Amino acid sequence: MCAFYLSSTPLFAGADHRHEEKHSTHTSKNTNTFNIGEMIMHHISDAHQIHFLTLNEHKENEKHLAINLPILLWDNGFQFFSSKHLYHHPYHQHHLDAHGFKHEDYIMADEKIFKANEHGELNLNEDGSIASSNIVPMDLSMTKSGLGFVLSGLLVLLIFSSVAKREKENKGKAPSGIQSFMEPLILLVRDQIVIPSMGEKRAKRFLPFLLSVFFIIWLANLLGLVPFIGGFNIMGTMGVTIVLATLVFIITTIKGNKHYWMHILWPSGVPTFVKFILVPIEILGIFIKPVVLMIRLTANITAGHIIILAFTGLVIMMGQNSQIAGFGTGIGATLFMIFMFAIELLVAFLQAYVFTLLASLYFADATQEGHH
Amino acid sequence: MIYLNALLNVGVGTIFWTSLAFLIVAFLLKKFAWSPILTSIEERDDFIAKSLQKAEEAKREMASLKAENDKILQEARVERETILKEARAMKEQIVQEAKGEAGAEKAKMVKQAKEEILREKANALTEVKNQLAELSLEIAEKVIKQKLEKKGEHEKLIEQEIQSVNLN
Repeated sequence: MCAFYLSSTPLFAGADHRHEEKHSTHTSKNTNTFNIGEMIMHHISDAHQIHFLTLNEHKENEKHLAINLPILLWDNGFQFFSSKHLYHHPYHQHHLDAHGFKHEDYIMADEKIFKANEHGELNLNEDGSIASSNIVPMDLSMTKSGLGFVLSGLLVLLIFSSVAKREKENKGKAPSGIQSFMEPLILLVRDQIVIPSMGEKRAKRFLPFLLSVFFIIWLANLLGLVPFIGGFNIMGTMGVTIVLATLVFIITTIKGNKHYWMHILWPSGVPTFVKFILVPIEILGIFIKPVVLMIRLTANITAGHIIILAFTGLVIMMGQNSQIAGFGTGIGATLFMIFMFAIELLVAFLQAYVFTLLASLYFADATQEGHH
Repeated sequence: MIYLNALLNVGVGTIFWTSLAFLIVAFLLKKFAWSPILTSIEERDDFIAKSLQKAEEAKREMASLKAENDKILQEARVERETILKEARAMKEQIVQEAKGEAGAEKAKMVKQAKEEILREKANALTEVKNQLAELSLEIAEKVIKQKLEKKGEHEKLIEQEIQSVNLN
C-alpha cells in the first residue's frame, strides 16, 4: 500500500496511475479514508492560501484555519478578490480529476485558475484531465511561495542591514553580536565560493548578487522547515526557482565576453567537423545550465518535504488500520523524521551553497579572459 | 493525479512577485548591506595585514637595535680591556721606576754610610792613636818619674833610651 503511494507521488506518475488515483479520491470522499498521495501533493504545492489547520475534518462543521491570500487576475481588466471566496466554495464536476473551487466565473482546479465556459463548467478531456481549450486568465496573485520568498527576502534584508549597522558601530574593533555570527557566512561565500571560482577582481562585481541569492535561498529553505507556519515550500516551487535561474541566465548572457561567445560559437583547437557537433551542444548548454540549476534546487527541496510528509502519512495510514500499528509506526517514523529534519537542515544549506557555487562558476566562465 | 498540476504549474503571479521582490531586495541589500559590510571587512583585512607587517618591521627593528647594542657593548668591553691593560702596564712601570729609584738611593746611602764609617773609623783610629800616644807619654812620664825617684834607674833608663835611639 505504502509502496504504491510512494511510487505514485513523484512528479512523473504515469497516466495509468491517474485513473486509479481518481478512483481512490472519489472513494476517499465517501469513506473518509486517508489519501497519502493527495496529502503530500497538497502540502508541497504552491497555493493561494497559507493553510495551518483543519478542524472537524470530513464533518459538517469542517473549519479551516488559514490566511487567505488576495487573488489578482488579469481577465480583460483586473479582478481582485480574497481567495476565501474560492476556498469556501468547493466545486465538483463529474470526472474532474482535481480539487476544485468556484467563485463567480472563475474555477480553481489544483490551484490553477480557469475561466468557466458558457455552462459554468470546465472543458475536460476524456480521462478527466483539464483540456487546454479552457481560457486561463493571467493569475498575478502573490501565492504562498511568492509570499514566502518576499518574507525570506525581507528577513535577509533585516538581518544584514543590522549587520551593516554593527559593522559601522564596530569600526576598528572586533566584530560583535549578530555581526560575528553572520560575517563568517559572508566570508564563506566570498572566500570559499566566489573568489576561488573567479578571482578577487571579478568577485567584486558578482558578490552582491551571489550573496543575495545564497542567503535568500538558505533562509527560504529554513523557513520551509519551520513547523506550524503553513509549511512553506518556497525553493520547491518552480515559479520561484525559475526566477533565480533566469537571473543567472541573464547575467551570464549579458556579462559574457568575446572569449565566452567565441568558445561557444567557434571553439578553437578542434577539427572543423567536430565543431558542427560541439557548437549545437554548447548553445544548448547555455540554456541547460540554468534549467539544471532550477530543477536541482526545486527537486531537492521538494524531495525532502515529500519524505517527511510520507512518513507522517504512513503513521496516519497505519493508525487507520489499527491503533497499535499506528503507535508503533509513530515511534519509528518520528525517529526517522528527526533524522530527516537534520538532513534537511543540511540540505537547506547545501542547496543554497551549490546554487551559488554553480552560478558563480557560470559567471566566471562567461567573464574569463582568454588563455588558449 | 490530484495536485500534480499544481506542483508543475509555474504561476505567473509567483514569477512576477518573486522577480519584483528579488530585484528590490537585491538592490537594497547591495546598497545597505553588502557594500558597507564588504567594504568594512576589506578595510579590516587591510588593517590586520598592515598591522602584521608593522609588527614584523618593529621586530626587525628591535633585532637590529639589539645587534647595535651588542656591538656597542662589545666595543665597550674591548675598550675596558685596553684601558685595564694600559693601567696595568702603567702600574708596572711606576713600580719599576720606583724600585729603580729606591735601589739607587739605597746604594748611594750605603755608599755614603760606608764612606762615613771609613771616615769615622779613621778618625777613631787617629783619636785612639793620639790617646795612646798621650797615654804612653803619661805612662812613660809616670814610669820615668818613678824611675827617676830611684837613683840608678835613672841612668839606666837614659842609657837604654840612648841605646834604642842608636839602634834606630
